[in-house]
Amino acid sequence: MAKLKSVTPKGALKDQWTNHKNDINLVNPANKRLIDVIVIGTGLAGSSAAASLAEMGYNVKAFCFQDTPRRAHSIAAQGGINAAKNYQNDGDSTFRLFYDTIKGGDYRSRESNTYRLAEVSANIIDQCVAQGVPFARDYGGLLDNRSFGGVLVSRTFYAKGQTGQQLLLGAYSALSRQVAKGKVTMYTRHEMMDVVMVDGKARGIIARNLITGELERHGAHAVVLCSGGYGNVFFLSTNAMGSNVSAAWKAHKKGAYFANPCYTQIHPTCIPVSGDHQSKLTLMSESLRNDGRIWVPKKKEDCKAIIEKSKRAEDIPEEDRDYYLERRYPSFGNLVPRDVASRAAKERCDAGFGVNKTGNAVFLDFASAIVRYGKLEANIKNVKNPTDKQIKEWGRAVVKSKYGNLFDMYKQITDDDPYFTAMKIYPAVHYTMGGLWVDYNLMTNVPGLYACGEANFSDHGANRLGASALMQGLADGYFVLPYTIGDYLSKDIRTGAIDTEQKAFEEAEQNVQTRIDKLINNNGTKSVDHFHKRLGKVMWDKVGMARNEKGLKDAIKEITEIREDFWKNVKVPGSANAFNPELDKAGRVADFLELGELFAQDALDRKESCGGHFREEYQTKEGEALRDDKKYAYVAAWEYNEVPSKAKLHKEELTFKEVELKTRSYK
Amino acid sequence: MKLTLKIWRQSGPEDKGAMKTYPVEGIDGDMSFLEMMDVLNEQLIEQGEEPVAFDHDCREGICGMCSMYINGQAHGPKRGVTTCQLHMRSFKDGDTIYIEPWRSKAFPVVKDLVVDRSSFDRIIQSGGFVSVNTSGNTIDANATPIEKENADKAFDAATCIGCGACVASCKNASAMLFVSAKVSQLSLLPQGDPERKSRALNMVNQMDEEGFGNCTNTGACSVECPKEISLENIARMNREFLKASVSKE
Ligand SMILES: Cc1cc2nc3c(=O)[nH]c(=O)nc-3n(C[C@H](O)[C@H](O)[C@H](O)COP(=O)(O)OP(=O)(O)OC[C@H]3O[C@@H](n4cnc5c(N)ncnc54)[C@H](O)[C@@H]3O)c2cc1C
Ligand code: SF4
Ligand code: FES
Repeated sequence: MAKLKSVTPKGALKDQWTNHKNDINLVNPANKRLIDVIVIGTGLAGSSAAASLAEMGYNVKAFCFQDTPRRAHSIAAQGGINAAKNYQNDGDSTFRLFYDTIKGGDYRSRESNTYRLAEVSANIIDQCVAQGVPFARDYGGLLDNRSFGGVLVSRTFYAKGQTGQQLLLGAYSALSRQVAKGKVTMYTRHEMMDVVMVDGKARGIIARNLITGELERHGAHAVVLCSGGYGNVFFLSTNAMGSNVSAAWKAHKKGAYFANPCYTQIHPTCIPVSGDHQSKLTLMSESLRNDGRIWVPKKKEDCKAIIEKSKRAEDIPEEDRDYYLERRYPSFGNLVPRDVASRAAKERCDAGFGVNKTGNAVFLDFASAIVRYGKLEANIKNVKNPTDKQIKEWGRAVVKSKYGNLFDMYKQITDDDPYFTAMKIYPAVHYTMGGLWVDYNLMTNVPGLYACGEANFSDHGANRLGASALMQGLADGYFVLPYTIGDYLSKDIRTGAIDTEQKAFEEAEQNVQTRIDKLINNNGTKSVDHFHKRLGKVMWDKVGMARNEKGLKDAIKEITEIREDFWKNVKVPGSANAFNPELDKAGRVADFLELGELFAQDALDRKESCGGHFREEYQTKEGEALRDDKKYAYVAAWEYNEVPSKAKLHKEELTFKEVELKTRSYK
Repeated sequence: MKLTLKIWRQSGPEDKGAMKTYPVEGIDGDMSFLEMMDVLNEQLIEQGEEPVAFDHDCREGICGMCSMYINGQAHGPKRGVTTCQLHMRSFKDGDTIYIEPWRSKAFPVVKDLVVDRSSFDRIIQSGGFVSVNTSGNTIDANATPIEKENADKAFDAATCIGCGACVASCKNASAMLFVSAKVSQLSLLPQGDPERKSRALNMVNQMDEEGFGNCTNTGACSVECPKEISLENIARMNREFLKASVSKE
């Protein structure tokens, strides 16, 4: 395989994107009609890409495994989307958003991509508002903002706790409009099973109709993967049940490099695990840290009393509480970045200060915010001597208007009412910064194969700041890919439709069929979930929030064993030629069992701590992450090997022109 | 907890289908309803039987994929929640629970509890959007202030998750609540104004074409809607539709 070429444009950061757009090849409108593009996934990245490509004139085929494009996992995003609009006049700018994102990512992302993301961010908000996305507004009718972790400005746009839903429904409506026009053909309940390569280029896919089980061949001049992240390799995560790595993994097997697989985001504020039956974890949006204060008791006997239910959070006096984030990081306080907040929670719980029966929970408390808002309301209402009860009542109403749906969700799950007692939270796997390696044009190293959104690796380095995944998904899909793909497709205006009867398609289809038959006919004894849970446990215990050499080596060994056991003993009921969710799941878990090994290998190889990747051997005296910029300021891009831990490493050295590499400090 | 489950089994659209009885044990009050179904399915796989097919994805009440008709109610006994948010603490040891798919001509059964709701997509395709391209040249988002009250109302309507519980709860299998939620959202916002007439006409037409029934204002839909979408939206859509029909003539 050729050397990695990031095709970063020349010139100062602020001119690169404009220059690049002027320099790249375009396809004229009449010729776009001759070109077919496949888009896998209809989340923010996929829906926006498919709609925009169709508007430009390309013929698009879009695929998703849910029953409608509107249910893609992006729908679940809660808190908000960043944009450098500076509506609050608090000194925000493209450069500041770029800088915060690079720094937040612990200096492990590509400068040019991150700058472009910040640059197009403002336009995203304009676009969404034009589509009818009902963002939160203030009494003057203008857009409202909130703050997220790792930044000192208010640049996050939101729609209560349902920002992802509203943005996705906006993109879905744009997509629906193109479906109605016949420019997009939508394939729901379809799963991409493989990428088809012709003469070294991605020229189509094999898809499986999940209702009938039929395999289908689809040809195209380019294939765009917007298939989301792979957090479910941990079994328990905040991702939807169906989120998977398979599309990206199939591309990896066909030659696309997988970059930084070990960069995972463990989100600090999720509802803790309650028992073995647990099938997924639920996020409590980071926006809650605007108003919620995180703490544990200072005294272990108080922790014990809380676990035994003889005391509740509100019974612990102020002086016996340890607001550990405010204590350790006075300048950012509860709004430190996610990786920092997660490790700090783990540190307190490991030290024995956890507040639930598993010992793995800390408090997220709204009592002071309720009083603060209540007093403000009293002023607004012009009530001179409000009672305590009035203050709390009014305060709760304000909190409800901001986070109502999150509070309801918490109550549904835990049976505890956070308006009256502190929430209990713990970190959980949430997002994967790693993904397919892409160049500045968002093309993988395989010609004609693109990756957008969470499926690629490009913008967030080793740690993603809150509210920037939605931004990236829409930036990629609305504003970047539709332009950059033209550069490649301009050479395809005379190619003509891709023939799906050719050998490459036949072979690919045959391989897919063989694997499906193997799964269905295996006649083992254990369910797919059995293996998935075992894999998840190894990943969480040894490749999770804190990693070390021995643990990682053990993990690689154990994952290999689980994988062998899977292929010998997995039991997939039902038939291959019918609707069979167990079979769908089996294929996905099989891929996770390969990815998990590469993931651990990447973590083993990176002998430093950066962002979400924390190696116990590399930390400061205060327990902060210790980077090694001399040796590890690179993107680790792995070339496929049948034994994932033996994959070949390719390095893309990261060079920084406009930011100085510093130790991140949120103190 | 020990429970008796009576579940609708139907191998495919052509099959007639029937209720079957399954006992389950070891159910904890902290489990979600779908986690209880996971327990049953693990049990079935172990016994060499086919697991019960049901739709689900996010399991936090936002994707709209889960869709079970539980003891005669869409999404079960609690108000304002989806099936995936229903927890087993809402049931008692020894209970018998009836679980069926959504039933409506416009939502044919795919398998067991899974139905085909693509008719909802086609309704949105008929007009549930603002016709604006991603040119990158849209006006600044703050150039058009929107009265907070309208913005909030538009938001409330826009929280519909497209689950179809409204249709399943309606004795006429009407899709009015779903359709009106989208029509309302866009008619409350200045961005949706230019197309308001064609939108109302086209979406209502498509709804009729898909075979959904008429609305007789019983309000069952809003009661069972997990997002508590208000009946006000139906009134608003009727006004929109009427205005549009009159001006067409
Ligand atoms: C609970 C939660 C809350 C979040 N909140 C925020 C937030 O407030 N702000 C923020 O910026 N980010 C947030 N994030 C992160 C953000 O939501 C995601 O990173 C982002 O939405 C991913 O979008 P996507 O388009 O890349 O992929 P997804 O939305 O995951 O879409 C993936 C698509 O690919 C399809 N697909 C996958 N595999 C296949 C296959 N093999 N064949 C066919 N189709 C396939 C799926 O059907 C789906 O349509 C949150 C994430 C979670 C889990
Ligand atoms: S209106 Fe309510 S019940 Fe109907 S689809 Fe929307 S969310 Fe579901
Ligand atoms: S599974 Fe998504 S709403 Fe229930």
